[in-house]
Parts: sequence; structure tokens; C-alpha cells
Amino acid sequence: MATATFEPRIVAFFCNWCTYTASDLAGTARLAYEPNAPVVRVMCSGRVDPQFVLKAFEQGADGVLIGGCHPGDCHYQEGNYKALRRFRLLKRVLTQFGVDDERVRLEWISASEGDRVQHVINEMTNQLRRLGPWQQARS
Amino acid sequence: MADKPKVAFYWCASCGGCEEAVVDLNETILKVVDAVDIVLWPVAMDFKRHDIEAMPDKSIAVAFINGAVRMSEQEEWVHLLRQKAQMVVAFGSCAHMGGIPGLANMNTRAEVFDTCYRDVQSVENPAATRPELTFVIDDHTLTLPEFFDTVKSLDQVIDVDYYLPGCAPPPDLIWAAIEAILTGALPPKGTVLSPNKAACDVCPRKDSKPDKIEITEIKRPATHLADPDTCFLAQGFVCMGPATRSGCGSRCIEGNMACRGCFGPMDGVYDQGAKFLSAFASVLAPKDEAGIDRLLDQIPDPAGTFYRFSLPTSLLHRRKGGVPV
Repeated sequence: MATATFEPRIVAFFCNWCTYTASDLAGTARLAYEPNAPVVRVMCSGRVDPQFVLKAFEQGADGVLIGGCHPGDCHYQEGNYKALRRFRLLKRVLTQFGVDDERVRLEWISASEGDRVQHVINEMTNQLRRLGPWQQARS
Repeated sequence: MADKPKVAFYWCASCGGCEEAVVDLNETILKVVDAVDIVLWPVAMDFKRHDIEAMPDKSIAVAFINGAVRMSEQEEWVHLLRQKAQMVVAFGSCAHMGGIPGLANMNTRAEVFDTCYRDVQSVENPAATRPELTFVIDDHTLTLPEFFDTVKSLDQVIDVDYYLPGCAPPPDLIWAAIEAILTGALPPKGTVLSPNKAACDVCPRKDSKPDKIEITEIKRPATHLADPDTCFLAQGFVCMGPATRSGCGSRCIEGNMACRGCFGPMDGVYDQGAKFLSAFASVLAPKDEAGIDRLLDQIPDPAGTFYRFSLPTSLLHRRKGGVPV
């Protein structure tokens, strides 16, 4: 199913205070990484409504990446814990819907971890290249 | 007689509860019969498809259609009714969102057939007989409607004017809808004919909800008896109230059963299950992965629980690929 030419589309939701700033840092540091994950900036990973994730898949995304502050570092105290709980539950529901594990990912990336943004996006892009497009995964 | 507006009732993939709901109008049904001419009602009256086919287009004032669309015969019927009726009302959760039959979208047709005609313990079927679309016996060709792989809500098949939510819709909403139609006092097309407020907002247990809910144990009706006066979520029961439209009269709550979400979401929500998932996960107490997972293990079928009535109209509509989990 996966082909050498397949380029996955990943929707990345990054929190303003940590992961988005980290991706900015990756840019300033001229760290090259795969262009497959356009970023949607949200104020907090706790703002990522599970509907956004489903909507992304409905619209043809091959994967969704959510980036937030490390536990204890949330700018709003509790937002990333809410994101974690939603994510753990959403994963279970998505598995029932037949969405592969690799297609949805939550990462804690602080503002100083530009290299981590590079690593995570490269890794996820490569995994999804091997896995193939989500739309073709229909039964 | 000839001047009275013509009304049709039809059922697709449904349980008959919506027909009961019409009968539950009690004496009010006499007012309905006075005001309209019923031209089709399979559960109660003997009209056939050719009777409807013979009617001029748009000659029926309103068709109330309940049930999800899961077979080709139902698809043909709803197209016919759309052609003959000026207005179509999706009646009940199944027509509105797919309802309980829509849960079959977590399986394929082949899996449903395997269960029904092979795996169920009471089935004895050594010839592995399955429903066929055509079957020839003694030079006669018998036909059966096709059983679709995916269950659909009514508006995924035909244009729908209004929605009467609920499993089943309560008599007061049904009567209010009929009155609105008879008097022409109708809201914009596409409206769900029920208040656009969360069930929690009018819940009789509203005052018992603490400012902050923190769930440390998830309870189920099968394992725990709920306190009859306390907010279900505060007790740790999965209660869909926060993501469900009101108008039901809190019938389940009064019966000490948590909300299951049959009225569907409020306006502006794309996906009732995801919206409830979001609300429910946020009131769980644990903050670490292991603690969260231990709690979530107490929900055996999260998709079936959160999408109990709305799977076909959810953003993903059905399971895609993979095997049933």
C-alpha cells in the first residue's frame, strides 16, 4: 500500500508557550526537518478539542501530532494534564475506529527543545511513509 | 376530508419505539387524527407502496420517518417519500443520527452476517446459508433487499427539513412539532425541534453537582447502585448530559439512569462522542499515564458508549480497516 513516493500529511497542533516556541527555535537554529507537518498554533494543548483530531482525519490527514509543555510546566497549570487524559481516552476510541497507533501522537516538547521537534516530525513522517495513506486504509 | 393535510409515518431500521411514542400521545392523538389525513403508517394502517406511488408529487404535507437506513428497501422508500412529501421530519435518534442500529458501523456486513448466521450459539446452519439478493426455486426468482455495509442517518440519504430527537421523542415534543407544522410557525430548515441547551442545564440533580468534579473510580449501572439524588458524573458514572441536548424531560435521570445521549449534540457540535470524551476526560482525577489508564480500563467499550446513538453521523462514520476492538 505504501509507496516510495507517498508523502504523508500530518496536522500538528502545537501549544503557544512550549512546542510552538521550540519549532521557532528549530527554525532559528536552521535545523532542517521534513515539511510534512504544517503547524496549527493553539494557546495550550488543553485547547485541542478531540473534534479537531477527528476533523483532521475526516479531511484527509494521514496523522495528527499534538505538542504541549512537559507535565508541571503548563502555562495554565492544568491544560496539559487535560490534554493527556483526553489523548489517552481518544487513542482507545480511535483504535476502535481502526486508526493505527502511529497516526496519533502526543509529545511534550519544551521551548528549548528545537532538536526534539526536528526528531519527532522526522520520525513520525517516516513512520507514516511506511504505513501509507489513511484514506486508503478504509475497509 | 380532502382538505386536511396529508401525513405519512414510515419506519426504517428501528425498534418500533418511535411508533409507540406516537401512540403515547394518548388523547392528543385524536386531535392529530382530526387535523390531518394519515396516508401511510405501516404499523397501524394498511397502505402499500403502490398507494404512495400513485399520489402526485409533493401531495403529502409531511412525512415523519423514523429508523436508520441500512437496507436498499429503506433507501427506496425514503426517496419515494421525499418525492411525495413537501416536508420530511427525521423522527427519533435513529433517523436523526443513526441510533442504536448505527453501532453496526463498528463492524462490516460480513462480520454482522458471521455473527447472526454462524456464531450465535442458538444458530444451526451447517450449509452456511447467508441472505442472497436473488434466489431461484421452482422457476420462481425470489429477491431480498440488500443489507448495506454501512448504516446511514436519514439526512445522509435524502434532504431532511427538521429533526425530532430522542429515543423515542417524547409526546410533548411530537405534539409541539405537529402544531408548529399545522400552524406554519416553523423555525429555519434544518432545526432540531428541541431546546438548544445541555441536558445538565435542566437536570433535576443540577444543584448536587460540585464546583469541581474529580473522578477517581468509574462506576457502571451493572456494578454500582447510583444515589438517586446526586449528579451522576460526581458519583463517577458516565453521564452524557454535558454533551447532550435537552428536551427529553430528564426521563432517564428520573429513573435513576445516567444520560446516554439519545437527543444528540447541541448546535455547533460536529461530533457528540468526541465532545463528550473531551468533557469526561477533563474531570478524571489522575495526572499520570498509568493512573489515567487504570481508570480508563473501567470503560470496556468507549466508542460504543460515547457514540451510542450517533456513530453514523460522527466525523469518521464507521470503523475503517482493522479488526473489531
